[in-house]
Amino acid sequence: MPGPIEFFIWCACFVLEVAVVVCAIRAKVFRRYFPLNLYMAASAVGDILRFRILFHYGYTSREYFYFYYYSDALLTVALYLALISLFVHVFKELGAEKLVIFGACCLLIGTSLFSYFVIQQSTGRLLTRFVVELSQNLYFVGLVLTYVLWGAILKLRETRSQLVQLVLALGVYFSLFAANYAIRNLYPAISTLAIALLQFLGCFLPAAWAYAFYRLPKEARLVPSSLAVIPR
Amino acid sequence: MMAAVILVCSLVLMLQFFVSYCRSLIGASSKEQLPLEVQEVTGISRVASPDDFTRVVQLLNLCPERPEDRSDLRAIGAYYRLLGFVRSTIALAAPSLRTWADRERAQCSYFAAVALGRRIAFSRNLLAQQMLP
Repeated sequence: MPGPIEFFIWCACFVLEVAVVVCAIRAKVFRRYFPLNLYMAASAVGDILRFRILFHYGYTSREYFYFYYYSDALLTVALYLALISLFVHVFKELGAEKLVIFGACCLLIGTSLFSYFVIQQSTGRLLTRFVVELSQNLYFVGLVLTYVLWGAILKLRETRSQLVQLVLALGVYFSLFAANYAIRNLYPAISTLAIALLQFLGCFLPAAWAYAFYRLPKEARLVPSSLAVIPR
Repeated sequence: MMAAVILVCSLVLMLQFFVSYCRSLIGASSKEQLPLEVQEVTGISRVASPDDFTRVVQLLNLCPERPEDRSDLRAIGAYYRLLGFVRSTIALAAPSLRTWADRERAQCSYFAAVALGRRIAFSRNLLAQQMLP
């Protein structure tokens, strides 16, 4: 069973995920950022189901193991789609939404194929290895895409504060997760610590998004060039 | 090898995103003018000093906490400590980086002063509500 700290972080994460959806409804931006809210709602439902399976079958059960990794892979794909919806927001004025969606689908298929070829040599648990590999690769692809999106925001002078904060928070989240996965691959001895840290890091995204929906009015504007690390 | 490349890339990009994210939090407060009482208490009128942050946070801790600004202050506190680390390590070799870090730290101080103004107003409202029959 998870310890009290892990359990507390888990509950905090669940509350924050629900808070994102509630804050978005309150700020009347639920439909505008529907894929983001859908991802948060799916994460909250996933947490409830994980709780149920954990209490029913136990922490070390096969049922929990499989559900954890398969739901994680599905949620990663949902987060990837949420990221693409942010691309659509930024590129809407250029009328390039269809091109963005097509490119995103190609990239998703490409990442899935790459993940499959990487684990093809493995003998057992092919599907489980595939979902783990796919999650890891999607986090890195997501990080690169978020960086491209941030570049596009600076280039196109996107000024919507809410959108800018959502993208930046996503960038921090993806980079934290990609770094965590890389550390686990490099130093397998500390992977238990890295997994525990992963739960804590998982709270960042719902906290930042809830903040963006709660505090920033949807019409608020800012100058993105003033946020760049290297002045433009 | 691949994992090491991913780790380095992730850490560099994470720093970039984190700095920009903190700036987006600070950005909104930089245009706000400080109330007179905050100017008197902190000695900050228009531009804060890079080292004011700790002092302003101490003053902040004397006021009743507002749940709304708790997470922002934590993020900016982490950013301020990161800048302090950069200033005392990497910036020793690059003076321009030191100037940049000081400018950012001053903005963090100003952000804390704005939060102090909000907390004072919040305390006043709280007191006024308690005084009502």
